[in-house]
Amino acid sequence: MLIRTPKSSEIKESQITDEHIYQNRRKLLKSMGFLGASALLASPHAQAIDWFGNSDTKTFKTTPLTFSQSKHFQSDDELTPEQKIISHNNFYEFGTGKSDPVAMSQSFKVDPWSLTIDGLVEKPVTLGYDDLYKTVDLEERIYRLRCVEAWSMVVPWIGYSLASLLKKAKPLSSAKYVVFDTLYDPDQMPGQRNRFSGGGIQYPYVEGLRIDEAMHPLTLMSVGLYGKTLPPQNGAPIRLVVPWKYGFKSIKSVVRIRLTDKMPSTTWNQLAASEYGFYANVNPKVDHPRWTQASERRITSGGLFTRNRIDTQMFNGYPEVASMYEGMDLKKYF
Amino acid sequence: MKKPFRITATHTFWLKIVLHIAALSLLIVTFYQAFTDQLGADPVKELLHFTGIGAFNLLLMSLCISPLAKYFRQGQLVTLRRPIGLYAFVYAICHFSSYLLFELQFEWSLLFSELVKRPYISVGFGALLILSVLTATSTKSIQRRMGRTWQKTHNWVYVASLLVTLHYIWSVKSELIQPLIYALVVLALLIIRKTKFIKPFKTAFKKRTKTEQSKKKLA
Repeated sequence: MLIRTPKSSEIKESQITDEHIYQNRRKLLKSMGFLGASALLASPHAQAIDWFGNSDTKTFKTTPLTFSQSKHFQSDDELTPEQKIISHNNFYEFGTGKSDPVAMSQSFKVDPWSLTIDGLVEKPVTLGYDDLYKTVDLEERIYRLRCVEAWSMVVPWIGYSLASLLKKAKPLSSAKYVVFDTLYDPDQMPGQRNRFSGGGIQYPYVEGLRIDEAMHPLTLMSVGLYGKTLPPQNGAPIRLVVPWKYGFKSIKSVVRIRLTDKMPSTTWNQLAASEYGFYANVNPKVDHPRWTQASERRITSGGLFTRNRIDTQMFNGYPEVASMYEGMDLKKYF
Repeated sequence: MKKPFRITATHTFWLKIVLHIAALSLLIVTFYQAFTDQLGADPVKELLHFTGIGAFNLLLMSLCISPLAKYFRQGQLVTLRRPIGLYAFVYAICHFSSYLLFELQFEWSLLFSELVKRPYISVGFGALLILSVLTATSTKSIQRRMGRTWQKTHNWVYVASLLVTLHYIWSVKSELIQPLIYALVVLALLIIRKTKFIKPFKTAFKKRTKTEQSKKKLA
């Protein structure tokens, strides 16, 4: 656990915590009778830690966006509540626990930002913070997000297709792959400071797609969710979303998009090639070596008794991408 | 001369009360939060981590008792070992049942295939079986009836601690630092007891040499 000394100017937790939770914590402490319990059993869940310690954090300010509703990309699936989407994240740059990113990233600076598109393109492009929201019209798309850890969410993203962005830079016909880099800034991202707090990952985080995958209309560059700009824990200010692949492909806080003719070496693939392939297509028939991928738990509202284990669908239920992989042995190229 | 401090039965009585309140209240509060969807976005995962790490912490605490009692010459401390060990089992059974009830949601076929196919689940289950046997044989009357076999049976706790370590290391994606710290603690607790593991070999060796000598004498 990282211990951080808050600045005196920062807003206290008591001023921002939801009133219901805040009232409840008093009741709980009273009913427990004493405070020393957490010292005896190190409790791993952040909520309890927040109750016993006083982790004072301010909340990152998101702003409402103007966007249209996409006609094609709607869904009948029940949406995952916003509070869950923004508090349950894998973003090892801010810590390896699910609640670390929201706790550690609230002071993250997104403005100014610079996103460069270069490599095998006719006309390299660099976008500043404001350009991210203006270069292409924004639309809302509801996508399923399937994590390689066998949980899933349904997220109303706001953004535009990666294809429409790449076209601004005019890719050359020699471009076969697209490589993405996350920001490298150890001052702001504690996970990048040493191998242990960042889960042993070689930073910056790198992801890649084949050019046809990158140009597929489903592939989204997201700048917002639930009607507002992205909070840092979800990859502010701009991130990739590839709904038919496991979540780790959907790289966050992107600063560079490079077109190349060679298959790039990607982060999780470098770390454990036998567990995380370059393609990482959602596939119920190919298990992770240590757990099944045949089913998943859908995170919606409700506590323990929510029966939310559902079958995982091929390509996460996006069969329109199947033609890109025709003739490929998906057990080998997982 | 000042009398050296002694831990008495009154002290351990109060320590046990504290243990009961702490272990039970944490468990109840966490389950309550999970049932009412107040335990983060994925209450199932949180519950699994809480009960799993809790069981491991308690197991390690129970393994600390006898070295502490020996080093500080406080024999009374040993009475704490049984309740702590029992709570380790309670947390472990909560861990397993949370996995079955809330993670797999009673998909029995999935339980059996995962138990067989996934080594980290198999070793965890192995540790749970050992703890169940130790729990079932934990009462004083059974201890008396079992005589010498009791200690031999309960030495299986060292195997369980190694299995739990492996279970933890195998279950994480890449964030190995915490499981490795736990592994070091387990190793340290086993090294403290090294004589215990060497002794059986030594006595076996002595017995053999003795019988050989007596054979020679007879010859």
